[in-house]
Amino acid sequence: MSSPPSPSPTRWFKALRRTRIEDLCLKSGAAACAEVLKRARAAFRARRTAQDSFRLAQLEALVRMLMDHECDFVDALGRDVHKPRFETVMSELMIVKSEALHTISNLKKWMEVQHIERNWAAAFDECLLVNEPLGVVLIIGNWTSPLQLCLVPLVGAIAAGNCVIISPSETCTHTAELLHRLIPAYLDNECFHSVVAAAHEIPEMIDLKFDHVFFFGDKENGIKVAQAAARTLARVTLVLSGKNPCYVDSQCDINTTARRITWARFHNAGQSAVAPDYILCHVDAKDNLLQALRCALLQFYGTDPRESRSFGRMVNEEIFNKAKDQLWRSGKVFIGGQVNDMERYIAPTVLTEVVESDPIMQQDVFGPILPILTVQDADEAVAFINSREKPLCVYAYSSNNKVISKIMNETSSGSFCLNDSVLQSVMVGMPFGGVGASGMGSYHGRYSFDAFSHKKSCLLRTTRIECMTYLRYPPYEDRNLSLVSLASSLNLRSQGWCTIL
Amino acid sequence: MKRQHPEISLHVLVKTLGCAIKKSYFLRKHRCLTMESQKQVLERLRGAFRSGVTRPVQFRLTQLQAMMSLFEDNETQILEAMHKDLAKPKFEAVLSEIELVVNDICCTISNLQTWMQDSYVGTNLATKLDDCFVRREPLGVVLIIGAWNYPLQLVVSPLIGAIAAGNCAILKPSEISQATEKLIAELIPKYLSQECYAVICGGAEETKTLLENRFDHIFYTGSQSVARCILQAAAVHLTPVTLELGGKCPCLIYGRLDMKAAAKRLVWAKFFNAGQSCVAPDYVLCTAETREMLLPFIKEALESFYGSEPEQSPDMGRIVTDRHWNRLVELLKKSEGKVVIGGESVKETKYIAPTVVVDVKESDALMQEEIFGPILPILTIKSLNEGIDFMNEREKPLALYAFSDESQVVATVLERTSSGGFCSNDGIAHMTLPGLPFGGVGASGMGNYHGRWSFETFSHKRGCMLRGWGLERVNVLRYPPYTESNLSWLRWATTAKKKGWASCSVM
Repeated sequence: MSSPPSPSPTRWFKALRRTRIEDLCLKSGAAACAEVLKRARAAFRARRTAQDSFRLAQLEALVRMLMDHECDFVDALGRDVHKPRFETVMSELMIVKSEALHTISNLKKWMEVQHIERNWAAAFDECLLVNEPLGVVLIIGNWTSPLQLCLVPLVGAIAAGNCVIISPSETCTHTAELLHRLIPAYLDNECFHSVVAAAHEIPEMIDLKFDHVFFFGDKENGIKVAQAAARTLARVTLVLSGKNPCYVDSQCDINTTARRITWARFHNAGQSAVAPDYILCHVDAKDNLLQALRCALLQFYGTDPRESRSFGRMVNEEIFNKAKDQLWRSGKVFIGGQVNDMERYIAPTVLTEVVESDPIMQQDVFGPILPILTVQDADEAVAFINSREKPLCVYAYSSNNKVISKIMNETSSGSFCLNDSVLQSVMVGMPFGGVGASGMGSYHGRYSFDAFSHKKSCLLRTTRIECMTYLRYPPYEDRNLSLVSLASSLNLRSQGWCTIL
Repeated sequence: MKRQHPEISLHVLVKTLGCAIKKSYFLRKHRCLTMESQKQVLERLRGAFRSGVTRPVQFRLTQLQAMMSLFEDNETQILEAMHKDLAKPKFEAVLSEIELVVNDICCTISNLQTWMQDSYVGTNLATKLDDCFVRREPLGVVLIIGAWNYPLQLVVSPLIGAIAAGNCAILKPSEISQATEKLIAELIPKYLSQECYAVICGGAEETKTLLENRFDHIFYTGSQSVARCILQAAAVHLTPVTLELGGKCPCLIYGRLDMKAAAKRLVWAKFFNAGQSCVAPDYVLCTAETREMLLPFIKEALESFYGSEPEQSPDMGRIVTDRHWNRLVELLKKSEGKVVIGGESVKETKYIAPTVVVDVKESDALMQEEIFGPILPILTIKSLNEGIDFMNEREKPLALYAFSDESQVVATVLERTSSGGFCSNDGIAHMTLPGLPFGGVGASGMGNYHGRWSFETFSHKRGCMLRGWGLERVNVLRYPPYTESNLSWLRWATTAKKKGWASCSVM
């Protein structure tokens, strides 16, 4: 099953006829959402999603959808953001597929009831932890990774037994339309729905009352989502983009460092929430790093990246203009800097002599621009990182254990990666999420399942065995008090028990 | 005979006036001081957190040991304060305020080192030579807002978790339970590090001002309406919130069961702390036959617990304030049900007799809000399904109870309803086990705590990946210029699943 290679960028742009969102028959906005929400609630109440067999069937259908329509997804993402086929397959489809397969093989285990340690007072009882679905979940995707950011949380929500309404980003119109068409063809039509909405409509949608809202986006909209969720007491998982710092130490394998940073920063033409946003380079390593970056860029995209089939474009005018503005008003261009308005092309660019007050350091970077700041040592880097909001990711490239410990221990972020970037955000076994200004809650693998479940504590007692219970009834006596204290503090396994008498 | 000396009178007058002036000046200054000092307190705690002093396990253990000493040294004062605020009998206070927390402290101290360890994650071929693990990191400065019904426990229990997780904390005990509030404000600075932990007292206004500041986590126990305000205030700063809210906890009694034992447990759970528990069974659902069999046993249980005159029993608590007492008496008046047990109330002592009301309909006043008092309505249902549907039509409660000796009945209720916690054939008990998370869902709250769950609530799980420089030959596959053959290799490498490996993807 071979698919056509990505067309040459310049020819593609001339041939492209963009379909306007009004031409597509998409359900959009809060009104449509209200209608599908009613159906989803009814389906949930009817307990359609309760059985593991149902959930597994939906997950398997999702995998089939990705495999059957690989070409269509490649095509849609190609039209939306000129994503090379390689990137679509590896960074969108494979990630969702891995997530789904991992969930399928572990679902039964995750759904099992957990038995909890008891104390003597509960010796004849059963103490259980039961995972319950929440109800109807709203997942708001993001244009930076339009498939992955909608479908990976969807996997978790399905696994946990919820009904779901996804809202793929309208910025990537073809991908949104494709998802909108395919979801009803593969997943249960009552339980899972797709609604496309503009950013300003999202708070209105949340006001319709969901049991959980998953949002991946920028901080400003994240706050609006949190405020809307507050009105209905809905739980939220927020993964918010910010400025991810990347420290490059004087002691590191500079060539490998440069290649890994280049790959992380410039794939998807820099439109990623998890790529290193800016480099804090040790003063001794700066020259080497710059040369190594130049080599890596040449190796990856050739002398004219505009002709490379491996390099993407900006998703729309707004993002393009913003990135252009940041580029022109910050620091000095060391490599790249070329732009082409018609194609919304910005060359992979490295900026030096960047200072903290430059525009590029004041906003998130969504474009193939890498600013490099110089620091004297790891201490200065840590101080710089800590003077700003907690980011989604902190990166460090170093071979020195002391430096590594310092960066890891003295900073705080959603996640951390040493000597590479981005990978820690797609590992199925690791929680990915933010902290502080970069969000709350996490997902991926088991963490998705937990995010979309409620852990219900259950104590199953019997009336037939009174055991210690009678000791607690009035009329209260001191003697009984001592016995009850003892019984409730003693752990059945005699580990870590303590007496308070 | 004392002669009124004019100078003395003048002196007294000036003194009085002076006092009055001083007092009003002091009050004004103090009010401003309070507002300003809230910010100062927060700054001080932030500075302490930034300095890293709360991170080492030894520091956390020392503070937890100090909390233990706080309870050991001050049991009498604690019991006195409980008695002043809620006329709490010593037994109840020890069990629910001291024992529960001390167990939590013990459990935390013994397990803290284990909880703090990094947890390692499996990898696939492409990341085989790396370390992938999850660290638990402290959040920063957290705010814990307590409630008045268990004034010590609701503030200290989350504090244990906050300390264990390495945070600094500000406590805001409930201003309604004044004696306990005063005690907490006095004891916490005495036993815990004043740099890292502080108590701020005040009412609604002060809390509102406090919430304008930024915290790294807010833990709130209380009502839904206030919870919404707190969530709004937290949303602006993107602060995560744990909410422990009330609600009407239903108690379904159905099928074959030991009526006598069930009645005892129901009565104990309902009238503990004079019904002022967020997890007390709020109302009972049962068939008419069950009700007829149950009522005599309830009467018997009440008599055996509190005697024939519960007002004289030292084991029966009182309502916390006149306002709350009035609310309950009004509710009872408005109710259209029939009072079959109790119904008496005494304003001066804020006493309400253990009361049972039958023939209560869904539209009754008693069913419109959380009762939070010693009044037990009994609603009649015709079948198990009717009972389950009734519960499911309402907001998800903090706790749901089912009394039955038929395991099928219990299993059905457990499976078909949703609630924060569930307990069969008893009430309240499920929240005393430190191994079980205690929290709500839907309208009854979000997040949970107790034991290890408190530690997790106040920690951030940070995913860490430490890569080496090796395996670059596999890495090279993902770099541009993109080729089909590289793509095929990578597909294979990332989905290779061997026994014992967790599959995960890599680009």
